Amino acid sequence: MAKLNVNIGALSLKNPVMTASGTFGYGLEFADFMPLDGIGGIIVKGTTLKPREGNDYPRMAETASGMLNCVGLQNKGVDYFCEHIYPQIKDIDTNMIVNVSGSSPEDYAECAARIDALEKIPAIELNISCPNVKDGGMAFGVTCAGASSVVKAVRQAYHKTLIVKLSPNVTDITEIARAVEAEGADSVSLINTLMGMAIDIEKRKKVLSIGTGGLSGPAVKPVALRMVYQVAKAVKIPVVGLGGISTAKDAIEFLMCGATAIEIGTANFLDPAVSIKVRDGINDWLDQHGCQSVEEIIGVV
Amino acid sequence: MKKYILDLTVRTVERISPKHVLIRLTDDKPLPEMVPGQFVEVRVDGSATTFLRRPISINFVDREQNELWLMVAMVGDGTRRLGELKAGDKLNCVLPLGNGFLFQSDRIALHKALLVGGGVGVAPLLYLGAQMKEQGMEPTFLLGARTASDLLMLDEFKKYGRVCVTTEDGSEGEKGFVTNHSLLQQEHFDMIYTCGPTPMMKAVARYAKEKDIECEASLENLMACGLGACLCCVEKTTEGNLCVCKDGPVFNIKKLLWQN
Repeated sequence: MAKLNVNIGALSLKNPVMTASGTFGYGLEFADFMPLDGIGGIIVKGTTLKPREGNDYPRMAETASGMLNCVGLQNKGVDYFCEHIYPQIKDIDTNMIVNVSGSSPEDYAECAARIDALEKIPAIELNISCPNVKDGGMAFGVTCAGASSVVKAVRQAYHKTLIVKLSPNVTDITEIARAVEAEGADSVSLINTLMGMAIDIEKRKKVLSIGTGGLSGPAVKPVALRMVYQVAKAVKIPVVGLGGISTAKDAIEFLMCGATAIEIGTANFLDPAVSIKVRDGINDWLDQHGCQSVEEIIGVV
Repeated sequence: MKKYILDLTVRTVERISPKHVLIRLTDDKPLPEMVPGQFVEVRVDGSATTFLRRPISINFVDREQNELWLMVAMVGDGTRRLGELKAGDKLNCVLPLGNGFLFQSDRIALHKALLVGGGVGVAPLLYLGAQMKEQGMEPTFLLGARTASDLLMLDEFKKYGRVCVTTEDGSEGEKGFVTNHSLLQQEHFDMIYTCGPTPMMKAVARYAKEKDIECEASLENLMACGLGACLCCVEKTTEGNLCVCKDGPVFNIKKLLWQN
């Protein structure tokens, strides 16, 4: 049994496997299928200061080895989260991390400040990369100045581990990563979804209600892996890798490219117990290859 | 109700129309508790264009035979693959999902129920009707299809109640849509359950509202996770966007914002 624990700043993970925001609900939806405390962290659904209805249906299109979504951050707002959801999840024995989104730096900071007060939430993941909302989201994540402004505001309001989730829809993701590192981010996670489209040829119309959506699933893995590799070389803070991970082999590729931890997203839809299997698969691989600790393979490529 | 991921074993695959198959699944252990209106997310192996699981209504649960029946309309590559399954094959299922029809309360159980289905949407009404009969109710089925060969499992439905039929071309039963059937003018019902194409369900809902009859409709919005996690399958309701997979698939029509 290899040592699987890793650290992201001050955050200790019992193993490097987490579930990605928007693909695992609040964890509770998956409790019948796997022990929630068996993974290193659960990043819950994107939360905003005010409630959001999200975009109209249709919000999803199946693609080759993946899917597009344009959910648009539907959530009941941070106050509802604190009052109704937090009490249900606070005793799950793993890192319960909240994904935070907003439409202005002040918005993000206010939302983060309210979550700062929750004792059992040790970290937030700042979403500056949602491609499906007009006001904010990815708008901040595609320029260094925008990314810096949000991280700066949040860093003043939030005192625990701050992970910033980056958009792949940029010319050079390493620049954005360096910019948020300079503003005090403890970690970066990447990639969020790649912007895409789908057309219904019989109706001669766009499939998704807002026309475009974010692509996820195995289709994006090579892109994600390349970006994780580049960013891990460009920054000193730990990198969390995600994008199309569905097996232990996928996860190990990300770890070897320099990710300290990984997130599993769309694969949860295909196998609701996949994250435990990835954890076990990483352990088995390490044992088979005589590794004492997962840290031995991080960034070896 | 506890949910499971199970590798069920295919017992038979029966062609019940030119476009539909009935898959009977079983397991070594007793099948989990399931209620009418719930569904199963099945994994489709061996289809390059099928990435996500496919949500399929629970058509029937035969406790004596320990069988779960799924009716599948073969519309794309994924569902065609399901139609090609053979006895002994495994089918990976996440089940049971969704809420199910409301029919067990004393208030409703005493009343006269009409179950209106169209196309492959008739599927969940078989198990619903069977469960109603088991509880001493006498459901009436009103089933519609384009043409006689598209009418599905009529003999099975007849085991649990009276069956009325419409076809659009008049090749069997009354000609027209389900909402044109003479039954609706001749008899009074206290509760209507419907599943089928959205225009049909909207017409049924309109009838129910006019007659002030309680009505539940089972929706089938496109889904990804089936568990209420991804929020892709939402329907606009009086309570905001709700997940068809978790808060539904069955909704009282009063909750839906269908324009009539």
